[in-house]
Amino acid sequence: MFLKRKISKKIKEGAVEWLLLFSALSSIFITLGIVFILFYEALSFFKDVSLWEFLTGRQWTPLFAQPKFGILPLVTGTLLVTGIAVLVSLPIGLIVAVYLSEYAPFKVKEVAKPFLELLAAVPTVVYGYFALLFLTPILQKWIPHLSGFNALSPGIVMGIMIIPYVSSVSEDSMKAVPMHIREGSYAMGATKFQTAFKVIIPAAFSGIAAAFIIGISRAIGETMVVAIAAGMMPNLTLNPIEPVQTLTAYIVGVSLGDVPHGTTEYKTIFAAGMTLFLMTLFLNILGFWFRKRIREVY
Amino acid sequence: MESQGLHFYYGAFQALKDINLVIKARQITALIGPSGCGKSTFLRTLNRLNDLIPHTRVQGTVRLEGEDIYQPGMDVVSLRQRVGMVFQRPNPFPKSIFENVAFGPRVLGVHSKVEIEEKVEQSLKAAALWPEVSDLLHKDALGLALGQQQRLCIARVLAVEPEVILMDEPCSALDPLATLKIEELMQELKKNYTIVIVTHNMQQAARASDWTGFFLLGELLEYGVTGDIFTRPKDSRTENYITGRYG
Repeated sequence: MFLKRKISKKIKEGAVEWLLLFSALSSIFITLGIVFILFYEALSFFKDVSLWEFLTGRQWTPLFAQPKFGILPLVTGTLLVTGIAVLVSLPIGLIVAVYLSEYAPFKVKEVAKPFLELLAAVPTVVYGYFALLFLTPILQKWIPHLSGFNALSPGIVMGIMIIPYVSSVSEDSMKAVPMHIREGSYAMGATKFQTAFKVIIPAAFSGIAAAFIIGISRAIGETMVVAIAAGMMPNLTLNPIEPVQTLTAYIVGVSLGDVPHGTTEYKTIFAAGMTLFLMTLFLNILGFWFRKRIREVY
Repeated sequence: MESQGLHFYYGAFQALKDINLVIKARQITALIGPSGCGKSTFLRTLNRLNDLIPHTRVQGTVRLEGEDIYQPGMDVVSLRQRVGMVFQRPNPFPKSIFENVAFGPRVLGVHSKVEIEEKVEQSLKAAALWPEVSDLLHKDALGLALGQQQRLCIARVLAVEPEVILMDEPCSALDPLATLKIEELMQELKKNYTIVIVTHNMQQAARASDWTGFFLLGELLEYGVTGDIFTRPKDSRTENYITGRYG
């Protein structure tokens, strides 16, 4: 009797362990599956189009009668919009983080933080229309040659969208700087500003760098805002007032269209997807490396 | 430096009650007493570091060369440059040894590279750390032994050329040898600086200080020449504490 209970307990315990292990592994397998399909389809794309043409071609017109498969216009489009978003979100995000971590009285923080996080809760589609129908017309008053679809407006809006990602991770890493280091600085007669910028930010540097990288990879992967407001024109340019197309917007465009499965045109989205994946993977690895360094500092 | 009728509150809790104490220039004043007696709080009123803690309140005056440091419009930043502080746990910034010492002069607005280099060398020498670190100035300060880190923190304070140096249990994290080095250093520094040290170590207070104040439950029970406090305490509670029967 006693033995029986012991055995059934053991079986239950073992079953739970297997279940947990399976759940944990499933996420890994799904990720690996996605990567596998991405590379498999991309590989078959490169049977039709040479890697050399893909990497160096200056035109991306896969749906034309005489298709060109140069990925560069999509990459520059992505980098251009991301660059603008980064120029907006990194400085503002950092300033917000410094304010919240070093300056803000407790009560201000209580109110400001949820509001800031609300920025991240707005659906990206709303941001897209905000860029297209609100910001672009305003910008057109200042910049006369700004086309209706352009890189600038979605770039700025995306920057605003990313501020909470940058600021909250930066703030966490600044708050993690121990109080005694802060006191050490104040006790030397440093002002709040000097303490924040000469002691706290350098001490929290790896965390802030990780926050920046999270923000950047969020911008690279962002789809809706650019699909709506940047235009759908693969354009090899770094001029922010022209329409561009990003990797993500291209994938959306083709996925929604009626390109037949199995054709080279269809496979382009996997090649574009793989390019995107490699870009964000690189950034994630960089971010992971920075985060690992945080724990070694103090 | 002196305090007159100083009261200090953390919220509703009164941490210091009517502290009247004159700190003699170029002498070492030790503040002793059981944990929570208010000695560290008192030390931190002298450079207004308690300002950083929310919901605290000060009454009374603290004078530095006759000037009330709690008067409205007091420049707290320059006060803290005149009254430096060394903490219980060595707290070098996560920067190089050189940058740690150079921080003070930089904050003061010194930009000349030569001037900063001189100041760093001079301060490290004054803190008796130069021979040990002169070859590793650009190494991370956190790689030093704790005792060296603490002397680095002292060098960092010296680089600002304060008048008074506050030390909050500077040796409690250190081994006896490192402690001895800090005590020797204090005797050297006393020639140019006024030093106030909070300590839990009776022998340290007896060995290293000229004046001793005994705090209990937020009050300054007894204050006098160190020799007198340790050999002929007036208050029986002081005697109980220093002989180890209390606290």
